[in-house]
Amino acid sequence: MSDFWNIWVWVLTLGSLVGCYLILRWCLKNFTDVEEGDVSMGHSFDGIEELNNPLPKWWSTFFLLTIIWAFGYIAFYGLGNWTGLLGWKSSNQGILSLAESKAKTAEYLAKDSGVLVQYDREIARADERYGPIFDAYAARSIEDLATDSEALKIGQRLFIQNCSQCHGSDARGTTGFPNLADKASLYGGSPEAIKTSIMHGRKAMGMMAWEGALGGEQGVKEVAAYVISLSGRSVNAELAKAGKANYGLCAGCHGSDGQGSLALGLPMGAPNLTDNIWLYGGTQRAIEESIRNGRAGVMPPWKEILGEEKVHVISAYVYSLSLD
Amino acid sequence: MTISNTSAVDYNFDVVRQFTVMTVIWGIFGTLVGVLIAGQLIWPALNFETPWLTYSRLRPLHTNAVIFAFGTSALFATSYYVVQRTCQTRLFGGKLASFTFWGWQAIIVAAAITLPLGYTSSKEYAELEWPIDILIAVVWISYAIVFFGTLIKRKTSHIYVANWFFGGFIITVAVLHIGNSMVIPVSMMKSYSIYSGAIDAMMQWWYGHNAVGFLLTAGFLGMMYYFVPKQAERPVYSYRLSIVHFWALISLYIWAGPHHLHYTALPDWVQSVGMVMSIVLFLPSWGGMINGIMTLSGAWHKLRHDPILRFLIVSLSFYGMSTFEGPMMAIKSVNALSHYTDWTIGHVHSGALGWVAMISIGAMYHLIPILFNQGRMYSIRLINIHFWLHTAGLILYIVAMWISGVMQGLMWRAVNTDGTLTYSFVESLTASYPFYFIRFVGGVLVVIGFFLMAYNMFKTIGAKDGSLEAVEET
Repeated sequence: MSDFWNIWVWVLTLGSLVGCYLILRWCLKNFTDVEEGDVSMGHSFDGIEELNNPLPKWWSTFFLLTIIWAFGYIAFYGLGNWTGLLGWKSSNQGILSLAESKAKTAEYLAKDSGVLVQYDREIARADERYGPIFDAYAARSIEDLATDSEALKIGQRLFIQNCSQCHGSDARGTTGFPNLADKASLYGGSPEAIKTSIMHGRKAMGMMAWEGALGGEQGVKEVAAYVISLSGRSVNAELAKAGKANYGLCAGCHGSDGQGSLALGLPMGAPNLTDNIWLYGGTQRAIEESIRNGRAGVMPPWKEILGEEKVHVISAYVYSLSLD
Repeated sequence: MTISNTSAVDYNFDVVRQFTVMTVIWGIFGTLVGVLIAGQLIWPALNFETPWLTYSRLRPLHTNAVIFAFGTSALFATSYYVVQRTCQTRLFGGKLASFTFWGWQAIIVAAAITLPLGYTSSKEYAELEWPIDILIAVVWISYAIVFFGTLIKRKTSHIYVANWFFGGFIITVAVLHIGNSMVIPVSMMKSYSIYSGAIDAMMQWWYGHNAVGFLLTAGFLGMMYYFVPKQAERPVYSYRLSIVHFWALISLYIWAGPHHLHYTALPDWVQSVGMVMSIVLFLPSWGGMINGIMTLSGAWHKLRHDPILRFLIVSLSFYGMSTFEGPMMAIKSVNALSHYTDWTIGHVHSGALGWVAMISIGAMYHLIPILFNQGRMYSIRLINIHFWLHTAGLILYIVAMWISGVMQGLMWRAVNTDGTLTYSFVESLTASYPFYFIRFVGGVLVVIGFFLMAYNMFKTIGAKDGSLEAVEET
C-alpha cells in the first residue's frame, strides 16, 4: 500500500472512532435550552414530541468502553501498513510460491522473529501433537498397517475428508473416478504403486479423439463394438469384425489383446478393456463417446498437502480395500 | 385515534396506498418462495426437475423478493407517508413519485422473471443484471429527489428524526448500489464486474452488509421513529440519544462489511477494522431500541389491548437481539465457529422476520385504515392471530437455525485424538435435517400470517368509507 493510501486508512479509521467519541461527549451534556428530564423539546411533528431525557448511563459508559477497546485492539493488531504491537498475521499473505511460503514459515517460526503467524503456529502445534502418531505408522510397512484396525480407522477418516469428494465415501468411485475397492487398477494395486499414486498424483497420457482417424461415426461404432466384445459381451459380429481391423490404432496403449497399459508395464493409465470395468461408463453410448472424443483423467498430488506420513496411512486403507 | 383527514394539507396518499398494498402482496410472495426453498432442502424433489425451480435460482428470488419487493415497498410507503406528515407538506415531484412506484414494481417483476431464468451477476443481494441495475439507479435517484424535495419545502422548522434515518438510507443505498454494480456488459444479460479478486469481494460485502445496515436497519429505524410514538401516543424518550445513535450508527455501519470475509485473502488489517467497527457499532444500534422501547414508558398497559403496538415493540426486541448477536458473530474467534453454518441464516432471519417484517407489519396495520378512510382494521382479532402466528413461526425458525448452526460448527471442527476430523460434511448435513423441518414449519406459520393480513387488508379496503369505527380504549 502506498503512503497515500496508508494515511487515508489511518485518518478515516481513527477519525471515525474519534468522531463517535466527540459526538457522545457532546450529547452527554445538555446542550439544549430545555431542562433535562421528561421535558419536551418543544417541537412537535404530526403530534409527536421528543423528550430531553439524558443518555442512559450504562449505555454511554459501555459505548465509551468499546471505543477505548477499539483503539487497544488496533494498537495490538495493526492498521494499514503497520502490523501492530503483536506483530500478528493470520497467514503469510501475498506469497506467490511454495518455496517462498516455506521460507517465510521457517523464518517466522523462529522464536526471535517477533512475528506471529496464526496459521503457521496452529499447523506447527498440530504437527507437534499429532506428528509422533503418524511417524510411528510411517515406520511400519503398508501391508502391516493394512491389518491394524486402529490405523485403518484413521486411514478411512483421512480418506473421507480428502479423497471421498471424487472417489466416494465408500471408495467405489463414480464416472471418471476409479473404484478403489475392486481388483482393477490403472497404475498398479501394490502398496508402493498406491502410495506413489497418492503422493505424486497421476496424469493419464490422455486418449485422443479418434473420430477423425476412424473415418467418422461408422468407424467409431465398429471399434466400440469390438471393444465391447473383448469383455465377452454380445455384439453385432459384423461391426465387431470391422472394428477389429482398426483396433491396431488402440493397441499401442491398450495392448494387442486389450489388456491395458498396466499389463504392458507402462504408466500411461490406459484401462484394461477385457474386464468389463468401465471408468467412463460401460454402455455402448458411453464407450462410443470415449472413442469419439477421447478421455484424460488426472489425480492431484497429495504429498505437499498431507505429507508422506499421512499418505502412508491412507495408502494402507486403500490397499486394504482390495484385500479379501 | 381519530385521524386527520381533516388536515389542511392535501397529502399525496395515492402512492402511499399503492406501495402499502404491494407490501402485503410481496410479503406473501417472498415468504412463499422462502418456504418452497426451505422445503427443497428437506425434499429435493420439490424442484420438480425443472431448471427454473431449482434452489440455486429461487434462493436469490426469495432474498430479492423479501428485501427489495416486500421490505423496500414498505420503506417507500412509510417514508412517503412520514415525510409528508412530519413536514406538513404535500409530496414533492408529482408524477415522479408515481414513477417510483411503477418503476420499482417493474424492477421486481423483471427480477421475478430473470432470476428463475438463470440470469445473475452472482453477487449476493445484487444478482440482477446490468439493464435492471440501471433502472434501479434511475428509480432510486428519483426517490431521493421526491424525498429530499419534500424535506426542502417542509413547513416545520426542524427535520424530524425519522427523516434523518430515511434520508441517510436513501443516499447510502444509492452510493452502495451504484458502486457495487459497476460492470462491463458483454451482452444484454451478461456482464463482468470491473473489480477483481479480493477487491471485488470487499466491494460486494461493503454493499452487502450495508444493504443490511442502511436499507434494513436505518430505513426501518426511520419507520420505527414515527410509528412507535404514534401508535403508543407517547413522546420519543430522548432527543439527544437519537442524535448520538444516528450519527454513530451511520458512520460505523459502513465499515462493517469485512466481517463477512474473516480468514480470507482480505488483508488482515481490513478484517481487524471490520471486526472492531462491528463491535463499536453494538451500542449505537441499541440506542434505537432504547429510544423506541422507553418511548412506551407509562403506556405498557396498551400492549394488552393493542396487537399493532405489540408487533412494533416485539420487533424492537428482535432488533436488539440481532444487533447484539451481529457484533458477537463479527468477532473472529466466534466467526470461526459460526461462519458458513445455519447460525448465519438464523441471525439473518431474527433480523428479517423479527425486526424488519414485524415493524413493517405493525406500520402497515397502522396505515391501512388511515389511507382507506377507516377508523380501524376490519378485524383486530385477526391482527392478534397474525401476531401469534408470526411470533411462533419466527421463534421456531431462529431457534432451529441456532441449534443447527452451532451443531454444524462444532461438528466441522471436532477432532479425534489423532488429529483427523471426527465427522464428514455429509454427517453434519444428515444431523441438520430435523432442524430444517422445524424451520420449514416456522416458515409455513409466517406465510399463513401474511395471508390473514392480506384478507384483513382487502376487507378493510372494501368496507364502506368510515364504517369501521375506532375502538375506544377502556
